[in-house]
Amino acid sequence: MYPSIHPSIHLSTLTSISSSPVIIYVHLAVQQLQTLCFLANFPLAKMAAQEVQPSETIAKLKSESEALKTKLEEERAKLHDVELHQVAEKVDPLGQFVMKTRRTLKGHGNKVLCMDWCKDKRRIVSSSQDGKVIVWDAFTTNKEHAVTMPCTWVMACAYAPSGCAVACGGLDNKCSVYPLSLDKNENLAAKKKSVAMHTNYLSACSFTNSDMQILTSSGDGTCALWDVESGQLLQSFHGHAADVLCLDLAPSETGNTFVSGGCDKKANVWDMRSGQCIQSFETHESDINSVRYYPSGDAFASGSDDATCRLYDLRADREVAIYSKESIIFGASSVDFSLSGRLLFGGYNDYTINVWDVLKGTRVSILFGHENRVSTLRVSPDGTAFCSGSWDHTLRVRE
Amino acid sequence: MSTSGNVVAMKKVVQQLRFEANIDRVKVSQAAAELQQFCIQNALQDPLLTGVSSSTNPFRTQKLCSFV
Repeated sequence: MYPSIHPSIHLSTLTSISSSPVIIYVHLAVQQLQTLCFLANFPLAKMAAQEVQPSETIAKLKSESEALKTKLEEERAKLHDVELHQVAEKVDPLGQFVMKTRRTLKGHGNKVLCMDWCKDKRRIVSSSQDGKVIVWDAFTTNKEHAVTMPCTWVMACAYAPSGCAVACGGLDNKCSVYPLSLDKNENLAAKKKSVAMHTNYLSACSFTNSDMQILTSSGDGTCALWDVESGQLLQSFHGHAADVLCLDLAPSETGNTFVSGGCDKKANVWDMRSGQCIQSFETHESDINSVRYYPSGDAFASGSDDATCRLYDLRADREVAIYSKESIIFGASSVDFSLSGRLLFGGYNDYTINVWDVLKGTRVSILFGHENRVSTLRVSPDGTAFCSGSWDHTLRVRE
Repeated sequence: MSTSGNVVAMKKVVQQLRFEANIDRVKVSQAAAELQQFCIQNALQDPLLTGVSSSTNPFRTQKLCSFV
C-alpha cells in the first residue's frame, strides 16, 4: 500500500488566493499526473515513498558502489596474465637515437602553452601566455599569421582539418575560431567566431573530422561538443570530479570516441554521440596533463604530474605499461606517439624530452635544448618530425 | 531537497559502475600481442624510427657540409 501523495496546496485555497487561471490549470495537471503515477505503479511514486528514509538508501547505494568497484577490479585482474614488456621480449631492441633540432621558432613574447600541426605537415599554430596565437611555416620559420586574443594564458589551440582556420581559447572561458585569410593584411580578429562557452578556463580543444565541429575541455570539469557555425552545444560530457586538462579524439577508423584526462587523476573514454563515459581509468597518482591515442586506436597514453607516462589498453580495459625512472621526478606535460606507435615522446617539466620504447618500457633517448618546461609536444601528421613548445618562449622542430 | 539530490547522484554512480563492470574484456596477452603486431607492421613506414635520408627530408637543407 503506497502512502497517499498530497498536493502541496488545496484547490479551494488556490482559487481564493489568486485569480490567475494559469496556476489553477497547472495545479490540476500536476494533480492528474500524480494520480496517474500512483495508479500506474510508476517508479516515481516508489522513489517518493523511499524518500522517507534517505540516509538508509544512500548507505545501501554506497555499499553497492563499493561492491561494484571491487568487482570491476577483480574482472580486470582476472585477465592480467602477462605484462606488455614480457610479450615484447622477442622484439628487436631499438638502436641509438640521434634527434637534432632542425628549426627553432622564435617570436612569442612569453611561455608557449600549446601547439598543433596543420594537415599539410608544414604549418604550425602555437599559443602563448601573452595572448598571442601565431601560425608558422615550419620549413621556412616564417610567421604567416598572428592574432592577439583578448585574454592572457591561451592554453589551447588547434588547426582545422582543412587548414583554413584555427581555434583557440584559455582564460576567457571560450573557444574562438579564426578563419585564416590568404590576404596577410587582413585583420583576422574581425572575422573571429565565438563557439564554445564554459564556466571556467578552456584547457584543450580539437576539431573533429571536419571544420564543422569542435570538442573542448575545461576547468569547469566538463567536455563539450559544439557546432562551429551556430555555436550550439551538441553534447556535453559530465563525469570528471575536477578540472579536465586534456583530450584526444580517436583515430577516425575506430569510431566516435575520445579520451579526456583531469585533475581527478582519471582518464575517461567517452561515446561522442550519447555523452556516456564508456571506460574509466584511475591509476595515476596526480593530475593527468596529456592524453594521446595509440595510432591503432586500441590504446592511449597519458602523461601526469606524478612523473610517469602510462599506456592503457582499451580492450583489456587496464593499464598495461608504466614509463618511469627513479631519476625522473618532474611531471610530464605532454605526450605523443610516433607513426607506428613504437616510440612515445614525453615533454617534461625538467626541460627535457624523454623518448620511450612503448613495447619494452625502456627509455631510448633523452633530448635537451629547451631552457624551461616543455609544455606541449606533437608529432607531425606524416611522422617525419615532432615539434615541442616550451616556457622558454620557443618551439623546436626535431627529427 | 539535498538528500534526494544525493540519492540521484549516487544512483548515477552505481549505474555507471554497473555499466563499466559488464563490458567485454580481452586478456592482456592478446591485447599486448596486437599492439606489438601493429608496431612491427608499421615500423618501416615510421620516419622517426627508421630515419629519412637528407634528400627527401624537408627539414634538412641541401648543403655540401653543415655545421650544427
